[in-house]
Amino acid sequence: MNMELSRRQFLRTAGAGIAGTSLGAFGFGGVEEALADAIRPFRLTNTTEVRNTCTYCSVACGILIFSKGDLKKGEKAEITHIEGDVDHPTNRGTLCPKGAALLDIVHSKTRLQYPMMRKAGSDKFERVSWDVALDRVARVLKDDRDKNFIAKNNDGVTVNRWVTTGFLAASATTNEAAWCTYKVVRSAGMLVFDNQARV
Amino acid sequence: MFPPAPNPPIAPTPAKFGEKDLIRKSASSITPASPRQTEVAKLIDVSKCIGCKACQAACLEWNNLHEEIGTFNGSYTNPPDLTPASLTLMRFTEWVNPETDTLEWLIRKDGCMHCEDPGCLKACPAPGAIVQYSNGIVDFVHENCIGCGYCIKGCPFNIPRISKVDNKAYKCTLCSDRIAVGQWPACAKACPTQAIVFGTKDEMKNWADGRIKDLKSRGYQNAGLYDPPGVGGTHVMYVLQHANTPQIYAGLPKDPTISPVVEIWKGVTKYVGFAVIGIAAAAGVLHHLVAGPNRVSEEDEENAEKLTGSDRT
Amino acid sequence: MTNSWTDIKNTDLVVIMGGNAAEAHPCGFKWVTEAKATRGAKLVVVDPRYTRSAAVADYYAPIRQGSDIAFLNGVINYCIQNDKVQWEYVKAFTNAAYLVKDGFGYQDGLFTGYDESKRDYNRTTWDYQIGPDGYAMVDETLQNPRCVWNLLKAHVALYTPDMVSRITGTPKDKFLKVCEMIGECASPTKTMTSMYALGWTQHSKGSQNIRTMAMLQLILGNIGVRGGGMNALRGHSNIQGLTDLGLMSNLIPGYLTLPTEREPDFPTYMASRGFKPLRPNQMSYWQNYKKFFVSFQKMMWGPAATAENNFAFEYLPKLDVPAYDVLRAFELMKQGKMNAYICQGFNPLQAFPNKAKLAEALGKLKLLVIMDPLETETARFWENHGIYNPAEPAKIQTEVIQLPTTCFAEDEGALVSSGRWLQWHWPAGSPPGEAKTDVWIMAQIHLRLKELYRKEGGAFPDALLNLQWNYKDPHEPSPEELAKEMNGYVVSDVVDPNDPTKKLLEAGKQVAGFGALRDDGSTACGCWIYSGCYTEAGNLMARRDNSDPGETGAYAKWAFSWPANRRIIYNRASADINGKPWDETRKLLWWDGARWTGYDVPDIAPTAKPQDVGPFIMNPEGVSRLFARGMMRDGPFPVHYEPFESPVANVIAPKVRGNPVARVFKDDFAQFAEVASPDFPYAATSYRLTEHFHYWTKNNHVNSVLQPEFFVEISEELAKEKGIAQGGWARVWSKRGSVFAKVYVTKRIRPMLVDGKTVHIVGIPIHWGFVGAARKGFPANQLTPFVGDANIETPEYKAFCVNIEPTTGPVA
Repeated sequence: MNMELSRRQFLRTAGAGIAGTSLGAFGFGGVEEALADAIRPFRLTNTTEVRNTCTYCSVACGILIFSKGDLKKGEKAEITHIEGDVDHPTNRGTLCPKGAALLDIVHSKTRLQYPMMRKAGSDKFERVSWDVALDRVARVLKDDRDKNFIAKNNDGVTVNRWVTTGFLAASATTNEAAWCTYKVVRSAGMLVFDNQARV
Repeated sequence: MFPPAPNPPIAPTPAKFGEKDLIRKSASSITPASPRQTEVAKLIDVSKCIGCKACQAACLEWNNLHEEIGTFNGSYTNPPDLTPASLTLMRFTEWVNPETDTLEWLIRKDGCMHCEDPGCLKACPAPGAIVQYSNGIVDFVHENCIGCGYCIKGCPFNIPRISKVDNKAYKCTLCSDRIAVGQWPACAKACPTQAIVFGTKDEMKNWADGRIKDLKSRGYQNAGLYDPPGVGGTHVMYVLQHANTPQIYAGLPKDPTISPVVEIWKGVTKYVGFAVIGIAAAAGVLHHLVAGPNRVSEEDEENAEKLTGSDRT
Repeated sequence: MTNSWTDIKNTDLVVIMGGNAAEAHPCGFKWVTEAKATRGAKLVVVDPRYTRSAAVADYYAPIRQGSDIAFLNGVINYCIQNDKVQWEYVKAFTNAAYLVKDGFGYQDGLFTGYDESKRDYNRTTWDYQIGPDGYAMVDETLQNPRCVWNLLKAHVALYTPDMVSRITGTPKDKFLKVCEMIGECASPTKTMTSMYALGWTQHSKGSQNIRTMAMLQLILGNIGVRGGGMNALRGHSNIQGLTDLGLMSNLIPGYLTLPTEREPDFPTYMASRGFKPLRPNQMSYWQNYKKFFVSFQKMMWGPAATAENNFAFEYLPKLDVPAYDVLRAFELMKQGKMNAYICQGFNPLQAFPNKAKLAEALGKLKLLVIMDPLETETARFWENHGIYNPAEPAKIQTEVIQLPTTCFAEDEGALVSSGRWLQWHWPAGSPPGEAKTDVWIMAQIHLRLKELYRKEGGAFPDALLNLQWNYKDPHEPSPEELAKEMNGYVVSDVVDPNDPTKKLLEAGKQVAGFGALRDDGSTACGCWIYSGCYTEAGNLMARRDNSDPGETGAYAKWAFSWPANRRIIYNRASADINGKPWDETRKLLWWDGARWTGYDVPDIAPTAKPQDVGPFIMNPEGVSRLFARGMMRDGPFPVHYEPFESPVANVIAPKVRGNPVARVFKDDFAQFAEVASPDFPYAATSYRLTEHFHYWTKNNHVNSVLQPEFFVEISEELAKEKGIAQGGWARVWSKRGSVFAKVYVTKRIRPMLVDGKTVHIVGIPIHWGFVGAARKGFPANQLTPFVGDANIETPEYKAFCVNIEPTTGPVA
């Protein structure tokens, strides 16, 4: 018999009733007993649940973040799943294609992990410590501020402004981070200060 | 708003259904569970769908599926077809209504229909690889799958896909793991506009009635429910604005039935028994289905019809 | 949003114009589908493209991008001509009856006072006639030819259906159908909601686009009512919060403004912020400005802000220009006038217009600091990515420091939704690697600067050294501590003047709301409009009671809504002049004979008599403004101006190019295509797709699967004309740059007939770049013009000109 049976051949053959061997030949012996449970165990069982808000648009959908480990208990927590919060009045548990894939941005391969520095003219970033990075930022800012701060304008009016360094504020940080940012930026006299409201 | 299910449990929760609730098992004879559990259904209201693909994202995420990043192919349908990882897919059709000469963007969420009379299960030669629970869910048991692809031929909706990685067939499970603990399928839960809702089949039919009335009041005279009788009805149903022409929705079959090929197969197994086919045939089938075309040709259909003597028009 | 997402369920007609809510805000759009399904509401979409919002609309009308004012002025004209006016509302709650100064006028696209050399107006005539009693003069009969209503009627008369169609390209019958649907909402028992976003803001006349719809909503009586309102759908999760908190060049939290150098001292500063009522009995709430300002200064500088030093007024920098917005910042950078720039969670190389200019500007910095949870193109602007970023690292001397931050899932605090809800969230996961919170990083920068100034001295260190920073851990202020500062607290006891033994306010306690704030330094408050969010009763932003009495959609006990937990602002206007709700089935507030009661916190005093006090308490008139006085730089009434790059000249004012008062830097003007340029014949627009969020989700695998690759959209007609195949490659270029893109040939974009000329539209999604999981692609800002709105400098991303040709695809 031709071992390479095509579909059509199979039909003809089967239709003609010409074939003969046993069920076991399929390799299914005992398969009935070994039937695995088709239904997967529910994967949120015994996870930690935390309420949060979607980070994308301003519908501000309520979300539930599920993790292994509990930050409140001082443990490391690995986020395993995110879905909508049914109790939330606006989204009622629903999420859009971005929200439904929030787990992907939390664990994105392009999440930044360490402070990095790119020197003038270099073609690469190099890892540095937080102290090195922050000391450098403070030094450059201080020097620029001292050099270019305008205490009085040409008319002798006290203006106390610094416009050679700018700050572009985020759009997804909390109010608390924004307020902290405001305090730091404004108290330095910075005016080149804007946010993402327009784009 | 259709009342959504409560938030998911994190405490261990016993499954509401399982092995004891099977009513069908591929290539096996079982005593169907009795009484049946209340039949469930997912209702997809195409008229409320905004094509956002939240269902696709939620499905990929919940089921830990890894789809390839493709290319742009002249359509918002991405990926361009169902795959072993994309168990659901928004299919976009730009359709000009010939009566009004206005454009309609028909967006249909494609995926397993969970037929009451499942062609995939009937076609499946691997014992226990496809099962049907008494609540209507048709599920694949991958441990038992031999990757033969018969389910694809048996499916009137062309849904299952064979993985090149493990050579097993994949399709939507209706998130049986979620339903088992009283949750909605991931796609239905995510759907922003409740274009997808989930409940008992009766609830879904009632809900659909309300939607159809609304659509008719807005001038969609042919609005209706898609619950095709040719497959005994389905546990995934559509509300369509133009239910008289389901084909315009990216080829949704107008009157789907199980291919006569499958009827033949069933006939063979019923009267002659699976054994008669033999290992050679099985090997051939395996080879063919991995390497060969998945579509049943018209000639196959004709041959099958001749064999069964049936008239399935 | 004047209303909230959940309130949209109460509407009868949703107009989506200048936005695409189904794609950009799907879960908010849910309430549109709810209104449709439960109330039988209708959805109208007006857009150059048949969007996914249009896919579920009851009616769709195409419009050429950049012509919205012509369309909406046309609708206002229709309503006036066809008596589709909510007269009681217009007469009682708008300035329709107010008399305008005689000098004011309009001709050929310009108002009185235009100075072409300054590209600005002298706006002194754009105001009311003031009577001998010091109040604005009104004619309640609306007979006086100088009353706002008659001026408005004359102003919009030009925008006939034929003229609208000629300018906008919207077929006349479709325009009239939309007018008819909108006109029905003039009934006191029918409401319309306007849902808009960057489709209106990103134009050189963006503010006026919105204003025109706001005027229409007032004429229809739809502001302050359930199911009505002007609903700006904010794009980012906390851009509402960042704006409320004044993270802009000219703002102080709570929409107070920084002094300019023309306000050399505190009395002069306050003189223009007195906001004396313009009509009897009006609340003119900004009269409290000084309380909010002084309380802010006290929170910033604590004991260093005293009555003697005008509460440290001189610690605030003074502006020499209207604003140091992002466009000005990059212009200065390009001129070599800036040395350091810190980008916090922001990717300007993708987000601002004219990428080539941006890259050149960044290359002139000494130091660029990036704080971000993700890799961004900006952080790597110096890196060579072939045609996608043809940089030469060796030639770029900018030092770049990239600092990893936590994301939403790892931090704690509140975000403000578009509906002004401050919602608290909790951290769920450990940060990756050494990522730190933004608060920690800002604290480190501050503490280090302070240390350097202590050691070395330097330029005016006072404001920096005296910044109040009394946190338990100065290195990382806790979210609670910061939230409590924004809410405000009592600095020193305030006793009852009639009974000195009775404390009205007790030092150290959180204030209950902004009503408690004082201008004598006895209270401190970081952001007055947030006051009430974290009181002695605890953190109200963390409330999770989702009960909704009367099913109004208000959810008054869910989180906290600014101001004062008010869910719909101007809510007093939901009732007529006697305090009776316009629509009994949709009542929100009503006068019970002694006080206001209902489902929401009234925005006027609870005992303010309905006939006396107007609903628009922030205006000194107490009414809303159909005539904007001098508040808008480009006119008290909206005028149709073409985009700076336009396929046609302005039909109503052929000599006027773009918005006549929009600021354009010299070099940028040279980079605009001429009007009706044969080299750039197609009208382009840029936009989001629902599968992606800006330039973030290209870092996500799943979203990159759902929309993997950069493409542009064109009509079948243009594709045929140009020989471009479905799914094939094309090159698209503007006067500023060129991109290669796959092409989606679609029926959803059609050529438009504008002033007798066929105008083709090219649609350009914005989401691709050279880092992330998605395929490398070009960002839309390689093409867009460097010009902003005349009032707020939002870049003109929505209307510009390009050319297109088939090609074989990029060679990387």
